[in-house]
Amino acid sequence: MNYLEDGLTLRSWFTTTDHKRIAILYAAGITFFFFIGGFAAMLIRLQLLTPGGAIVSHETYNKLFTVHGVIMVWLFLIPSIPAVLGNFLIPLMIGAHDVAFPRLNLLSWYIYVTGGAIVLLALLLGGVDTGWTFYTPFSTMFSNTWVAITLAGVFVTGFSSILTGLNFIVTVHTLRTPGLGWFKLPLFVWALYATSVILVLATPVLAITIVLVIAERLFQIGVFDPAHGGDPLLFQHLFWFYSHPAVYIMVLPAMGVASEIIPCFARQRVFGYRLMAYAILAIASVGFLVWGHHMFVAGQSLAASMVFSALSFLVAVPSAIKVFNWTATLYKSSIRFDAPMLYALGFVGLFTIGGLTGLFLASLPLDVDLTDTYFVVAHFHYIMVGGSVMAYFGGLHFWWPKATGRMYPEVWGRLAAAFIFFGFNLTFFPQFILGMLGMPRRYATYPDRFQVLHVMSSAGAVALAVGYLLPFAYFAWSLRSGRAAGRNPFGATGLEWQTDSPPPTHNFDRPPPAPAGVYEYDPNAPQPAA
Amino acid sequence: MSLPLLGTAASTIAPRTDHLFTFMVLLCGFVALGVFVMMVFFAVRYREGSQVSRGNIGRHRGVEITWILVPLVIFMGIFAWTAFGFVQLYRPPDDALPVYLVAKQWMWKLQHRNGRREINELHVPLGQPVHLLMTSQDAIHSFFVPAFRLKQDVVPGRYTSLWFTATRLGEFQLFCAEYCGTDHSRMLGRIVVMPPAQYAQWLSSGPAHPSLAQYGFVRFRQLGCSGCHSPQSTVHAPLLDGLLGRTVHLQDGRTIVADETYVRDSILLPKKDLVAGYAPIMPSFAGQASEEDIQALIAYLRSTGRPDAAGGSR
Repeated sequence: MNYLEDGLTLRSWFTTTDHKRIAILYAAGITFFFFIGGFAAMLIRLQLLTPGGAIVSHETYNKLFTVHGVIMVWLFLIPSIPAVLGNFLIPLMIGAHDVAFPRLNLLSWYIYVTGGAIVLLALLLGGVDTGWTFYTPFSTMFSNTWVAITLAGVFVTGFSSILTGLNFIVTVHTLRTPGLGWFKLPLFVWALYATSVILVLATPVLAITIVLVIAERLFQIGVFDPAHGGDPLLFQHLFWFYSHPAVYIMVLPAMGVASEIIPCFARQRVFGYRLMAYAILAIASVGFLVWGHHMFVAGQSLAASMVFSALSFLVAVPSAIKVFNWTATLYKSSIRFDAPMLYALGFVGLFTIGGLTGLFLASLPLDVDLTDTYFVVAHFHYIMVGGSVMAYFGGLHFWWPKATGRMYPEVWGRLAAAFIFFGFNLTFFPQFILGMLGMPRRYATYPDRFQVLHVMSSAGAVALAVGYLLPFAYFAWSLRSGRAAGRNPFGATGLEWQTDSPPPTHNFDRPPPAPAGVYEYDPNAPQPAA
Repeated sequence: MSLPLLGTAASTIAPRTDHLFTFMVLLCGFVALGVFVMMVFFAVRYREGSQVSRGNIGRHRGVEITWILVPLVIFMGIFAWTAFGFVQLYRPPDDALPVYLVAKQWMWKLQHRNGRREINELHVPLGQPVHLLMTSQDAIHSFFVPAFRLKQDVVPGRYTSLWFTATRLGEFQLFCAEYCGTDHSRMLGRIVVMPPAQYAQWLSSGPAHPSLAQYGFVRFRQLGCSGCHSPQSTVHAPLLDGLLGRTVHLQDGRTIVADETYVRDSILLPKKDLVAGYAPIMPSFAGQASEEDIQALIAYLRSTGRPDAAGGSR
């Protein structure tokens, strides 16, 4: 009996400890929040159609970009690939029957839902206008919106991250099938392992910071507020100590997804597998030491800015290596352009642009000009949307047959990938130019000369929205009417493909034998017809 | 040579920033193009069913080391170049004209050394360095002039500074670049760059004001500072003449160089940095001394350190 049929009641879903069902629960949760965050984004782009602001007041606009940021970062992106694809795939990829702590896994989901509900409550009460960065003393002293409740929601959600991270770390350490050494692990597992370490180490710092902000707001304890002897820059140090590694929480799993899809559809071993694994670890560790590059104009010392700039250039090296290695993987390969591959190649291209524009911002004199402008907005959307969301959709298509037993419609899949790719670029590329011209971020209204570029960006957002909506329509269709997938429709290596689709509740009848190597593809072998 | 997309460059720093930007566009464009061309080339050449030789590629240590080291060297080279340029931003020339700025939701208040005040406008002379000493009364703001390629956060509770030399006549937009609440996007202003003669005329026109240092001296007496901090005083309190820039030894063993933030802290939070040898008897002037008062007091203290102690022109 497969995991989808093992209990059909709602109760069986809400009390499940099956990592695959929990993954589906997470998918439902983050999809819900993706639409709320996306709706806020559409309103933002509508507002910016005209220089005077097309639809809402300044106050409402400020709440819109705040809710967009808070929801997309904490309730969509951070749980997206780890909690959905990671939960579903890690046990399957290492030949385990579940994660190490299945009940803790379910608890994580309930904590996530509770945190999300608290954020929604703040939104329904009237929202919050601090920006997702909650900079003090604005958030502690001057905002009269629902700051403390929103932060409480983020605080609670953080524990779900920590527990998921803990679960994955223990799972990878203890539950690998006999003979599956570290250097036989798929890069997806490596990436999720590194992500989990960041989740466990960085999230508590966010939790502490949030508690301090709430205490400051309610009791004026004088940690961040200069009027009470506090230091507003201390908040920024603490916040970015979490929030910069959080960028890697969002992008490392995306790299993992790309590293599964590209070899499969190129029928080629990943170029430099070990170097790819080391690069993941390097990004995860050096990523902890670059937070100060968010503060080059904040008033931090010259020496601190120098060190953070140098380290920021350094962290770009392993990212560059990964891009080169994915490209080299295509050499002498045999490539098929199924939808997952289109998403994965799109990810590599957009991540490359996002990474290279990061070098501009690591350069001190350029950052002085470009920070807090649309250049930064464009840069991090290339990483987090062009990169992470693109890869998440690629992963959804790639493992959809495994999770549901049904094929998605290939033509529609490719069409949606094209819409997302072109819509994304039309939305965000003009924003680089806006930033170069000096358009500051978080502006509800703007000087007339920026209008043409803003209209282009808004037009792109429409195409992007269509691209994101299409998959939900055809995925729903495929649940009933999709072609039966079989165990391994793409002829992929990896243990997850050696069990049925959908997998049985306990994944494998007995621990599967470890494969001889990882990514054992042969470009000369005939490919399965998917 | 710079990209035409960058907008007017109107400060001495701006062309250097633009050269760097243009270089980065070329370098990163070249790298991105290289990656994309290779991807497309491989995608076409090695598409399924094409008649080419294929096969697994083994380990290529040389290739891997190359693309570890080449980016590393290039990145560190860029860092060295940019860091060198950045140091200049921290070194205002000695003859820079001081302008005091207080930001608040949602306006910029500026005061020139001779006491002339402006709101949301800053008049500066062409070709002469101007040094802004900035603080905020409420949230964090950020002083951003795209044409100057310069930006500096304006932070409550401390002073930050920014200097520039304008190289073009005309008006340039001033933005608040750090989100500061409801009317953040209306916190705009303009920098008016004038020929030096016209600027001098502008500066001396307008209602008569005492210079900032003179006003500071007035406040120094009105607030009662002079009651303790004067040679005639019976209270044991340090003399403040020529304080700014001096090394101060503190009660707890630290030494600090007295800068504007130190003076500000000493007025508002007198228990924070106690001077060695003095009892902690000074009350806080929070609520009595406004940000403008404190800037005037600083200007006064600064003038006491110089031979031309009367303030006004240097």
